Amino acid sequence: MRHLAENPAADFSQDTIWVVLGKALFVFVFLLVATILAIWGERRIVARMQSRPGPNRTGPFGLFQSVADGVKLLLKEDIIPKASDRIVFFGAPVVSAITCFLAFTVIPFGPAAKIPFTNITTPLQMTDLPVAVLFVLAVAAVGVYGIVLGGWSSGSTYPLLGGLRSSAQVISYEIAMGLALISVFLYAGSMSTSSIVAAQASGGRATLFGTTVDLPSWYALQLPVAFVIYCIAMVGETNRAPFDLPEAEGELVGGFHTEYSGAKFMMFFLAEYINLLTVSGIATTLFLGGWRAPWPLSAIGDGVLNTGWWPMLWFILKVFCFFFVFVWLRGTLPRLRYDQFMRFGWKFLIPAGLVWIMAVSFIRALRTQQVTDGQRYLLLAGLVVVLGIAFTGYLLQGRAEEQADEARRLVYGPELDPFEGGYPVPPMPGQTVRRSAGPVLAGRATVPARDVEAEATSDDEEVHGG
Amino acid sequence: MSVGEGILFWVLAPIMIVGAMGLLFAKKAVHAALAMAIVMVGLGVTYFGQEAPFLGGVQIFVYTGAVMMLFVFVIMLVGVDSADSLIETIKGQRVVAALLGLGTAALLIGVISQVTLGAPRGLGEVSGSGNVSAIAAEIFGGYVWAFEVTGALLITAALGAMVLAHRERLVPRPTQRELSVKRIREGAVKAPLPAPGVFARNNAVDVPALLPDGTPSELSISRVLTARGQVTSASDRFDETRSVDAELRSPLGEVTAGDTPAGVTPAGDSLTDETSTDETSTDETVTDETVTDGTAAADRTDREADREGEQA
Repeated sequence: MRHLAENPAADFSQDTIWVVLGKALFVFVFLLVATILAIWGERRIVARMQSRPGPNRTGPFGLFQSVADGVKLLLKEDIIPKASDRIVFFGAPVVSAITCFLAFTVIPFGPAAKIPFTNITTPLQMTDLPVAVLFVLAVAAVGVYGIVLGGWSSGSTYPLLGGLRSSAQVISYEIAMGLALISVFLYAGSMSTSSIVAAQASGGRATLFGTTVDLPSWYALQLPVAFVIYCIAMVGETNRAPFDLPEAEGELVGGFHTEYSGAKFMMFFLAEYINLLTVSGIATTLFLGGWRAPWPLSAIGDGVLNTGWWPMLWFILKVFCFFFVFVWLRGTLPRLRYDQFMRFGWKFLIPAGLVWIMAVSFIRALRTQQVTDGQRYLLLAGLVVVLGIAFTGYLLQGRAEEQADEARRLVYGPELDPFEGGYPVPPMPGQTVRRSAGPVLAGRATVPARDVEAEATSDDEEVHGG
Repeated sequence: MSVGEGILFWVLAPIMIVGAMGLLFAKKAVHAALAMAIVMVGLGVTYFGQEAPFLGGVQIFVYTGAVMMLFVFVIMLVGVDSADSLIETIKGQRVVAALLGLGTAALLIGVISQVTLGAPRGLGEVSGSGNVSAIAAEIFGGYVWAFEVTGALLITAALGAMVLAHRERLVPRPTQRELSVKRIREGAVKAPLPAPGVFARNNAVDVPALLPDGTPSELSISRVLTARGQVTSASDRFDETRSVDAELRSPLGEVTAGDTPAGVTPAGDSLTDETSTDETSTDETVTDETVTDGTAAADRTDREADREGEQA
């Protein structure tokens, strides 16, 4: 069997228990501080986009606003609704808050660096696994339980709807997200985060018109479709605008956390922002070269900016770039309608991801397997033939359907009474529906069929109506 | 079993057993599903401890994250508090089930007690080049047929479910544009519906908004609440406001029969009592109270009549 470099590239052999504990503490404190800054930053940026000042009273530039809010939430009365399921109501925010911290344990902040005042050299990453990215996905999947159970246990309608929406949304977009990640795994040959960053060290060289050019090494440039799919799916996965349907304030009050207050609400809030940072960190690691310095900087001094403690700076900058995009989206785009959102996920993103994986594995197989030039041309010819057959089949099917419609129209007549004899009758393909007397129901005998249908649908949209 | 693995096992095993028991004995379906999720997460962590990180990750990601989440989703969709009915649908079902369960238990105990285990080789040694590629080689090498057949079975099941749930539309679905055109052309209300709630203290969904002439707007109340008879008449709130207003005007409790507070809440009563006893003579208060009560009762019957009129 050929050896795959699937195991972590980082070397943790020098880590003592104190180093590990120190890293854990660092990750915890980093996430808390980053969350406080992120909330402040989001409020300031969105305010700027909406031509208003934003928080500017507490501390310089309003920097301590989030701290003040946190203290306020901690001291607030903790209300537990009478109809709630008390244990689950308490457990849900705890699940959310615990799982959100876990994902960052496998995200690399930098390469091996010497801890100041000691002789220990250790990777700037708490730990790594051969399946690190899978671990992040698994933790995120458990984190959703917090939202779903919070919605259910509140014993109230709006939170329940928010929780249901959230579970449907996360399951759907997790599939698209997983499909986007698979092509990265194929290229890197590993699911370990440190190996994926190592695999993006250089993209190889190509000779163009006599000059040697360094190819882009970031997977965002090598695998652009996967990057775009991941970026869309990560917004859906974190319940952020324009995909913030589980907490759509216009229709569901606050969604799953409507009934939460005080410290429990703060846990949900914290989890939401840390999840934002997590998906941004994953996107950085998998698609933007992780902690590696961006291109013009990476050339300085033979890559000196990729060693020591510098990489942590690049990593954090990249993560906050993603965070800015999240805020930008929120300030720009209106919320999607629920059915549009689900249709987009299932009928566009997932098929696109599948086709992309097929294409990537095909190209990958062409490049890595021992294929002669003759076989390569044969394979390409086969691909063209298959695509041609599929396309002609599609055209022919359309024409066959038209002909069948025409034939049926001759046999059955062009129109159909959908409630012939009082029973609903489906139209045959090609038949148009005549406005009929409608179903014989009490009080509805004179309503035309089309209006009954339209009314049923409009009722759904105007639940609020009188 | 190394020391770390031992600790992991003795921490996880009780949690998982409690979870499994919870699955059996929980009354609410959601609690049972949760207990099951705990068992699955515990299993996943155990796999991690046994040098099978891929299996552990997939166990948590797929089973806890997707399969169990779908279960929870369906349970929540079906009903928040629906409990299992304890009526036997098939006669003698429980006896047969108990017998079969005992038989299975006896079989399992009999077989497991006779197993002899060889010395463990360790997954690290078996995997060789790596855990993930070793599993891939097994699935897409030795077991590729079983894997493909399972895949085909699952796809068939999914397709079957879709066919069963499919419904032929009788008429084409109206688009959003058609609906909006129809709404403007035929609808009585062109603008968004009025919001419920009248005053700051009664900003609730069951209080209809008041029109400029003081009549309640039925459009502002959800049909569901009207059908259930849960709508509070705006006049109730109106009376309450009037009582507060009266209190504000004469804090000493000198209320005349003309603008008596009607529909007074207990809180309002006690408030009046306190202010009265503090600063006015007891006699006055007593008379006041009787007057108040009498008018309030009359008002209440009035309001009940009103409500009946509304419902009819």
